[in-house]
Amino acid sequence: MTSPLGKDLLGLEFLSSEQIRLILDTAEPFKEISERAIKKVPALRGSTIVNLFFENSTRTRISFEFAEKRLSADTVNVSSSGSSVAKGETLVDTARNLEAMRIDMVVIRHGASGAASFLAERIESNVINAGDGTHEHPTQGLLDLLTLRDHLGDLKGKRVCICGDVLHSRVARSNIWGLQKVGAEVAVCGPRSLLPNSIEEFGVTVFKRIEEAIEWADALNVLRLQLERMTAGYIPSSREYNRVFGVSRERLNRAKRKILILHPGPMNRGVEIDSDVADGPHSVILNQVTNGVAVRMAVLYLLAGGKPELAEAAKGGNR
Amino acid sequence: MPARNEEPQTLLTASAVERTLKRMADQIVELNDGTEDLVIVGIQRRGVQLASRLCALIEKSEDAKVLQGSLDITLYRDDLQTIGPRPVVGPTNIPWVIDGKNVVIVDDVLYTGRTVRAALDEIADFGRPARIALAVLIDRGGRELPIQPDVVGKKVTVEPGERVDVLVEDLDGRTAVVLIPPGDAAP
Amino acid sequence: MPRPLLLSGGRLLDPSRGLDTEGDLLIVDGRIASVGERVGKVADAEIVDCTAAIVSPGFIDVHCHLREPGREDVETIETGAHAAAAGGFTAVCAMPNTDPVTDNQAAVGFIIRQSQRANAARVHVIGAISVGQRGETLAEFGEMVAAGAVAVSDDGKPVVSAQLMRTALEYARTFSIPVIDHCEEPTLAFGGSMNEGIVSARLGLKGIPSEAEEIMVIRDILLARRTGGHVHLAHMSTHGSVELIRWGKERGINVTAEVCPHHISLTEDRVLSYDTNAKMNPPLRTAKDVEALREAVKDGTIDLIATDHAPHHYDEKEREFADAPNGIVGLETALAVSVTNLVETGHIDFRTLVDKMSCSPARIFGLPGGTLEKGADADVTVFDPGMQWLVEPAAFLTKGRNTPYAGSTLTGRAVCTIVGGRVAYRLSQDTNDARRGRANTGSQGR
Repeated sequence: MTSPLGKDLLGLEFLSSEQIRLILDTAEPFKEISERAIKKVPALRGSTIVNLFFENSTRTRISFEFAEKRLSADTVNVSSSGSSVAKGETLVDTARNLEAMRIDMVVIRHGASGAASFLAERIESNVINAGDGTHEHPTQGLLDLLTLRDHLGDLKGKRVCICGDVLHSRVARSNIWGLQKVGAEVAVCGPRSLLPNSIEEFGVTVFKRIEEAIEWADALNVLRLQLERMTAGYIPSSREYNRVFGVSRERLNRAKRKILILHPGPMNRGVEIDSDVADGPHSVILNQVTNGVAVRMAVLYLLAGGKPELAEAAKGGNR
Repeated sequence: MPARNEEPQTLLTASAVERTLKRMADQIVELNDGTEDLVIVGIQRRGVQLASRLCALIEKSEDAKVLQGSLDITLYRDDLQTIGPRPVVGPTNIPWVIDGKNVVIVDDVLYTGRTVRAALDEIADFGRPARIALAVLIDRGGRELPIQPDVVGKKVTVEPGERVDVLVEDLDGRTAVVLIPPGDAAP
Repeated sequence: MPRPLLLSGGRLLDPSRGLDTEGDLLIVDGRIASVGERVGKVADAEIVDCTAAIVSPGFIDVHCHLREPGREDVETIETGAHAAAAGGFTAVCAMPNTDPVTDNQAAVGFIIRQSQRANAARVHVIGAISVGQRGETLAEFGEMVAAGAVAVSDDGKPVVSAQLMRTALEYARTFSIPVIDHCEEPTLAFGGSMNEGIVSARLGLKGIPSEAEEIMVIRDILLARRTGGHVHLAHMSTHGSVELIRWGKERGINVTAEVCPHHISLTEDRVLSYDTNAKMNPPLRTAKDVEALREAVKDGTIDLIATDHAPHHYDEKEREFADAPNGIVGLETALAVSVTNLVETGHIDFRTLVDKMSCSPARIFGLPGGTLEKGADADVTVFDPGMQWLVEPAAFLTKGRNTPYAGSTLTGRAVCTIVGGRVAYRLSQDTNDARRGRANTGSQGR
């Protein structure tokens, strides 16, 4: 018996629309568990999950940890930002060591694109990509989809614009694939120096001006502007970025319809998003955080289980 | 699809189900000595339908409001590792404090008892009821755990390979209890 | 002196002399004694049955990395020279990016001594353009040439300074050697690990745009025009480069260019699984580039085929894509990849293939060989043009196992490589049976 998602969750690019819907539908009942007094179900009791974080990411790690604990899994956090490289241990050795300790799942965050699939090919445990370089961040994409669906209903034909540094954003890629698979129209808006050269080949609309994007969209997913992009020379200054691409109250006031504002966090207030927008009525940023736990529970739950040698014994008796 | 040996045999017709439920409703009220602190919780999915029928019957006969909830025990099953995850987990809805209440769990068919065990675990995560009782429409025997019902609609004896299905109006288009011969597909 | 060697009954193919005939080739005292005539019995001769095979001037690879000195764990001159012979090469040119860099006469002499000891394919030496390949001051071309160097290059790195490149082209004229450039504009290519395009955008890998190569190609062509020097452009990978070279050649500028087998056979799609054996520099490009390069081989814009053989240790490739080193091994697959992707596709015939792998490299680099002329040193390759074989890296003679062709079935294989009249490699019958499944219609030359 294999999981309906396969062994691993590495990205949304290779999931089917049915698989994406299944994850979102499965996340629905998990929302309720987090509202209980005892926020815990025994579904993954006895499973061991390692959160292997080669990059710092407090939010994603905490969200996964809550999801794991609410499913009663045993979790271990391994944070080795730079340190294992400094010690000379390769990713493949780290993986083999974990495997030798008989774990069930690995949640991996790594600075190199492809690191999650590299790991997945080399170990038998389930691997969940919690962000690999500038490639994908599938659970973030899924929680964005769930949040959009909560507010907009069926996403078929809905218009979502991803704003900012698409070039370096794993969140952007997972959003583009995920949204397109559930039938949404996707656009991007940002300085051309921060968009992939071949972005049109992704089948997305490109807006030069944030005003055009606001006029067009049902929702904006505003990406974080990494401050190192300025020192690397992609754009001149965060001040100018805010003046040209910042999502401000004034700009939103000119929207033709109600528009949702998403942000994967952490925010640079006053750069890509103004505080009165982040905290204002359009913002669903905290709903995203809440949904993050439910989506990750759904992914963990769907990837778990499926030991074929036990399946035979289980036939019959259960109802 | 395997060949059918014989037609499904009807164990209870729609009107027989209705009569049985009436009797069960009376027994639940009797067991509880009234409707005070009574909470009726159906197990997804057909147990939920039966629970609301029972609630309606009790409310009518006793002229009182009865609290109703629903429980999806998927996440409390003991077989996730073996049969894999159920794709769709149904809602669990217990929107009130159950501490000190008299909870009656309702399910359609009682067989191994594992579902009821999972339901007991799940209820324990919501609070500490004064008492938990079990009401089932059909008891088909074959228990694998020391669990017994307090209120039974009908006891049936089932040959190996046979299955008992409860059909309800909302999900199946008609109400009945049928005995499915071996090798036949689920409805 | 070794016994006389009679290559019996093959198709003798030497484009440099317009030779294409069935016949025998007799080698006596390390030299070609007769070509084409049916030779009867020769006393004491070793006979190689060349029926269904092509007998051609020995292949010459002008671009390989033999890693010695410095990384003898991944390749030595000895293992590299044997791998070359197994691939049908009678001579190779070793790039100078070793540790230490081959930037002086002593270093050149070391490589030549090691290659004599190896006694397999000949190893020619390419010296560095700049001291330490640091791109600052010219290395001593004159002394290196006197010690045996045949060309200069800072390969592995581009010559960033246009002024240094200009000086190198001018200075090299004195010694009549080509200056080989690795064309890569470093600020555009910075941090890149594959071709820039839709695939890099999907994978989230930083790309290297075609322009990083093309800007340096046109710079070098213009500097060759200015200086009258001979610039040889290594491992061309884009259709734009092809157009620029064509432009330069049309104007009589002294520019020559090479292509690697992987750039005429694989595209960037090969990177989709983050396979580090598809990582090389320049990177695999698009189908349009592949087609343009094949056409350029056909029409002569590209002068020759070179391997860019670059062995790496297993552990170095077994890691995250962006951190893995560039390069693949190529000596033992170059012929087959070229036959499969140029001849079988109908772009060129075997005559042109032999020209690109033997005559042209000899002519352009002024090397011995590249001919079946009577009296010449007997550097001869016998290859079966129709043999199909499965690429199994474990069976390679190179120490490197890093190839994207593992598990592929390719057509064309060297069966006997003769260096100076001595058999340096012979495909064993066992290997033959185990690894080849000869196509029924195989062996028909084009």
